[in-house]
Amino acid sequence: MTIEELEQIAESVRQENAKFDYEVNVCMDLACASQGSDKLRDALVKAAEASGKKVMVRRTGCMGPCSAGPLVRVDPEETLYSHVNAGHAEAIVSSLGGEPVAALQCDLNEHFDKQVRVVLENAGQIDPEKIDDYICRDGYKALMTALLEMTPNGVIHRITESGLRGRGGGGYPTGLKWSTVAKANGDLKYVVCNGDEGDPGAFMDRSVMEGDPHRVIEGMAIAAYAVGASKGFIYVRAEYPVAVARLTTALREARRRGLLGSNIGGTTFSFDVEIRLGAGAFVCGEETALIASIEGRRGTPKPRPPYPAVSGLWGKPTLLNNVETYANVAPIVRNGGKWFANMGSERSKGTKVFALTGKIANTGLIEVPLGIKLWEIIEVIGGGVPGGHTLKAIQTGGPSGGCIPADMMGLGVSYDALMAAGSIMGSGGMIVMDDTSCMVNVARFFIEFCMTESCGKCIPCRAGTAQMYTLLTRICEGTGTMEDLELLEDLCSTVKEASLCGLGQTAPNPVLSTLKYFRNEYIEHIEHKRCPAGVCNIHIPAEVLA
Amino acid sequence: MPAFTPPPLPSDDKRWKIVNGTMRKNGFARYALIETLHTVQSSFGYLDDDAIRFVANSLRVPLSQAYGVVTFYHYFSLKPPGKHTVTICAGTACYIKGADKLVAAAEKRLGIVPGQTSKDTEISLMTARCVGACSRAPVVLFDGEVAGEVAAEHVLEQLERWAVE
Repeated sequence: MTIEELEQIAESVRQENAKFDYEVNVCMDLACASQGSDKLRDALVKAAEASGKKVMVRRTGCMGPCSAGPLVRVDPEETLYSHVNAGHAEAIVSSLGGEPVAALQCDLNEHFDKQVRVVLENAGQIDPEKIDDYICRDGYKALMTALLEMTPNGVIHRITESGLRGRGGGGYPTGLKWSTVAKANGDLKYVVCNGDEGDPGAFMDRSVMEGDPHRVIEGMAIAAYAVGASKGFIYVRAEYPVAVARLTTALREARRRGLLGSNIGGTTFSFDVEIRLGAGAFVCGEETALIASIEGRRGTPKPRPPYPAVSGLWGKPTLLNNVETYANVAPIVRNGGKWFANMGSERSKGTKVFALTGKIANTGLIEVPLGIKLWEIIEVIGGGVPGGHTLKAIQTGGPSGGCIPADMMGLGVSYDALMAAGSIMGSGGMIVMDDTSCMVNVARFFIEFCMTESCGKCIPCRAGTAQMYTLLTRICEGTGTMEDLELLEDLCSTVKEASLCGLGQTAPNPVLSTLKYFRNEYIEHIEHKRCPAGVCNIHIPAEVLA
Repeated sequence: MPAFTPPPLPSDDKRWKIVNGTMRKNGFARYALIETLHTVQSSFGYLDDDAIRFVANSLRVPLSQAYGVVTFYHYFSLKPPGKHTVTICAGTACYIKGADKLVAAAEKRLGIVPGQTSKDTEISLMTARCVGACSRAPVVLFDGEVAGEVAAEHVLEQLERWAVE
């Protein structure tokens, strides 16, 4: 495979597409599929055949605004239809070439205008099971450019220059990580992709793996070339069967096209990727635990150092990045590090994909330049809090993150600003809470999660989260005391300081951030036996009432 | 050292051949343990002692280690599932949108808690740690089919439909 050959493939796809006058794209991502988008596609194909028009019906990955699903986009006009079902197929097909179907049209311009799509540039544009669709949109060009025109160091330099930081949430500079692995001694090195999206309330990585799997594979291949690895693993949650199937297809197609395997592009570089299934353990998002799991063992973390960059999978130097990090690699190599660094804020470059969910009008997948203000995400992109309710807080970072109160919506989204506010960027879950959410209960929810997911290896996390859960339950049930609150704060610092891995070290964050911003809610529960949001079931003993 | 001969298949059941296939594909390497257990569970629905013993012996993994792996990961089940399974997502977005009410309704109707199967072995009640359909929260999987924006009545209706089958 050469760059010219890639261009030939792209050209033939373009010629094939040019045979059609219209392209009807149907979102087949989980949210739309759960509302019958497969039947819708079949109906569209049937209607298109019956009409005699030259229509291509294409299944695509997530288009973004899931709450408007099932979504259909008609190209070249880019007309977006929302809440489409199979019954609308004929109307849509017969409208082609004339006026759009007004009843189905949706105006989401505001939703899209503030977004910048790098990772999601192909989302909703390509058929995820067709490698040629990906190639047609400059796919694998970056890999070929890297292999044929750049040195491994040149690739690392470009990634460093871009300022890309780990998108799994930690925010470690990607270029630095790559150069550490590149410098590590050893003839055998591994590249691992963390697709164990454990944050409950986030689905960015699932959407990328399902909607644009080649992007991840290309990113991994470029990384492998840069650090000198010959073997890669993608570790995917078993709960994502579609992602596994799409990646399997993508790997097969990439091998068929000679983009994986031996002597890629006629160079000396050989690389292949295997899929490994997770088995439902949140802690496996931690790098040393993930490595243990790939090796077929219990996913318990190890103390670092040694870091995986030096001694990882089977003791070999291992590069471990998140799905979204790899998904950023190809565009950076293609467009240059400066291009990427021009987006975002001073220390947080580029864009970030968020799964915007909870009490918000436009739920779905969004990609925004870093530095964007929280209120822009909530009010403009998200369309505000529905049902006449008021915004109370935004939760980012999942069980490792925190709640940012409504009066801090002027905050720019960056690794450092979110950390300073007591939360973290996290992998990209962004859950909006309104006045019907009780913040003590939310804290308890996350601590319960961490308690269940604690691997049990170190005591602060294993016992600490359990004790915190007991205290929070007491407060939620109205039997807590002010001493309990003190004890809770004390435990927070112990668990934070003394736990072995990130799970335990960050587990207190949801409690600490709610204590910081919503302390009055804790006090209300304790002193007045009242849940301000009306969520907690507080039974006031008869003698108190008397 | 004599060449290793994997133990014979536990029975004539064809599904063991699928399990063996996974192990063979991985050259009976120890790291294939989780992969193989996945195959067992997808073929048989759960992992029983015989299966764990067979896989452990075939891969030359100590039985304690195999059992440790099975019990460590939530995805693996040591009990056979019911005829139908209702899985309520307990992710954050679903929690914010009231998934606890769905769990409570199902618990009350079936008389069991999540992780159990009703006495007539008809219906298993499970909770999931996010299935990734957060934008349609609260989400419930009825026999694996994703349903979004589910209310307690929907869950009860489906349970009723299964009951009269």
